[in-house]
Amino acid sequence: MRILTYAQAIREAHAQLLAEDPRVFLIGQGVRNPWYAGTSLQDLDKEFGRDRVIDSPVSENATTGAAIGAAITGMRPILFHPRMDFMLLAADPIMNQAANWSYLFAGQVAVPVVIRAVINRGGEQGAQHSQAVQALFAHVPGLKVVMPATAYDAKGLLIAAVRDGNPVLYIDDRWLYELEEDVPEGLYEVPIGSAAIRRSGRDVTVVATSYMAAEAVKAVATLAQRGIDVELIDLRSIKPWDRNLVYSSVGKTGRLVVADAAWMSGGVAAEIAASVAGEIFHALKAPIARVCLPDAPAPTSAVLEQAYYVGAEDIVASVEKVLL
Amino acid sequence: MNCQKSGAISCSREQLMSFLYGMQRIRLVEERIGELVASREVRTPCHLSIGQEAIPVGVCAALNEDDTVWGGHRSHGHYLAKGGDLNAMMAEIFGKATGCARGRGGSMHLVAPAQGIFGTVPLVAATIPLAVGAALSGKLRGTHQVAVAFFGDGATDEGHFHESLNLAALYRLPVLFVCENNLYSTHLTLKERRVKDNIVESAALHGLAGVTVDGNDVTAVYQAAQQAVHRARIGEGPTLLECRTYRWRGHVGPAADLEVGADRRRELDEWQRHDPIAQCRALLSTRGVSSDSVDSVAAKVREEIEAAVRFARQSPDPDESELLQHVYAARRGC
Ligand SMILES: Cc1ncc(C[n+]2csc(CCOP(=O)(O)OP(=O)(O)O)c2C)c(N)n1
Ligand SMILES: [Mg+2]
Repeated sequence: MRILTYAQAIREAHAQLLAEDPRVFLIGQGVRNPWYAGTSLQDLDKEFGRDRVIDSPVSENATTGAAIGAAITGMRPILFHPRMDFMLLAADPIMNQAANWSYLFAGQVAVPVVIRAVINRGGEQGAQHSQAVQALFAHVPGLKVVMPATAYDAKGLLIAAVRDGNPVLYIDDRWLYELEEDVPEGLYEVPIGSAAIRRSGRDVTVVATSYMAAEAVKAVATLAQRGIDVELIDLRSIKPWDRNLVYSSVGKTGRLVVADAAWMSGGVAAEIAASVAGEIFHALKAPIARVCLPDAPAPTSAVLEQAYYVGAEDIVASVEKVLL
Repeated sequence: MNCQKSGAISCSREQLMSFLYGMQRIRLVEERIGELVASREVRTPCHLSIGQEAIPVGVCAALNEDDTVWGGHRSHGHYLAKGGDLNAMMAEIFGKATGCARGRGGSMHLVAPAQGIFGTVPLVAATIPLAVGAALSGKLRGTHQVAVAFFGDGATDEGHFHESLNLAALYRLPVLFVCENNLYSTHLTLKERRVKDNIVESAALHGLAGVTVDGNDVTAVYQAAQQAVHRARIGEGPTLLECRTYRWRGHVGPAADLEVGADRRRELDEWQRHDPIAQCRALLSTRGVSSDSVDSVAAKVREEIEAAVRFARQSPDPDESELLQHVYAARRGC
């Protein structure tokens, strides 16, 4: 093993998948431009040629539909949307088409496509360059949605997604790109639908997604210094999500904080909270807390951004609240 | 390229002076913004239209005050040419409470409803159908207002563009589609995105008028816009106006992006020799306007810009308590 950043781990997964499987190809806006992709796709076009690494026109709808059509007919496309906001122009092919086809045609047609969407926010970019709308897609039957928070998972989940055989939304966050850790050199899968316990504890369960899982690591350290013993679960997949692990953890701690850096109303945190309350209500010793973004679009001004985004401190405050 | 001819002959000296003023103002404002970005005093992403100033100036000179314009990520020029307040734009770019969007929008989201600017937003092609809607609204209300959609060549990659052209043609709506074709969409050249350099032909396919002009010749832009606006106002429907131009700076920020595209250096040299402002100055000198009087225009503009920067710097930040305001519009009385 050697140390890779999150972005390098994504790149390596792409390179190995492209090398391993001739059905894999990459298409999307900016796949050969660091302004869009950071180092996460660096020089793949040079390594695999521009027939398999296709930097497309500004045509989200057509490229997504085309990736789906290619998937249906035997390819394993990875579609790249450099921002989740731009992907919304392709809502129809994703939500009406890719999600439905297996069911619609009684399993005779599969859509093995990976649709990668990058959350790229902050930096005073504002409402249309900051969205994290994973809940919208997790809502739809037929789609799987993964959100890696570590370099190891970034690689393993991409590989699992490409091999899954279903439409998988792979959502990565630019705020995680510099995180580093040991990453195995070969191909390996992180199973879709399995969460990871990042720290075992007795007092409170914190379930966090994506960027908030990284923030939760910091929060947990602060809380440990204050004598609070947190069990931290990095959800990794938000559809399907690891109910068993979450239920058994909350069964043990009796307290739950869910952290998802997206809007609160109708969000992933709401789904988890409702499921826990509905299934293991008796285990709860305190109301469930959610750490999410306020229900407002992202502002630009640094002062307002500061007030808008959530992080480790908010997790700490919520954990202390559910322990009162 | 079959470009419509220059309209210089029919332009008065006063008109030319006002074009020059408008273009100089946009250029100097954006050069200043570029410096503020480089020094990191401004952090919001700023897309500069330096080199393309003739298009907003020429088009907006053909509009009435109550006509609307719609823009995108590169819209400082559209905002200024349509009469948006410079102080409010500068403060917006600084993220201040006195900004045109009270610091919620930054450079990529400008607004000035009283000047017919209901919003510029950075999702590519997003405002093209909105301009069609504004034209439909004008038609239904019988106002004879014209709507202008400003967008880039990249926006023609999107379905929004094609659907909007068809809709506007079908209902003969008073809309002007102004494609600022600067030959690039971020790092990709036009050639990397379409087989033919023929954006204007989309007009004929959808049954509307299509005109290509030299987008660096402000008089040509003005004349073509005037004709298109006239047709729109008398109910003869929409026009696609393709303006050929080139952006001197990179996609975002003040740098030139010289590493992008194989021919960028050569193209840039060529297009800089075809500077819209220098051409207008040359035209004015043939009309007997001294370069001193032209320079004094620039000096006045510089003062105005420094005042705007001072205004922005001295303005207060928005208050945190505003964060959740305006998610919904205030309820109107019945
Ligand atoms: C829907 C959408 N897709 C992609 C982007 C990323 N993007 C921002 S500007 C731009 C280029 C647009 O090029 P063009 O329309 O020619 O305008 P120019 O920048 O040349 O003025 C792209 C692709 C976006 N903002 N919105
Ligand atoms: Mg362009």
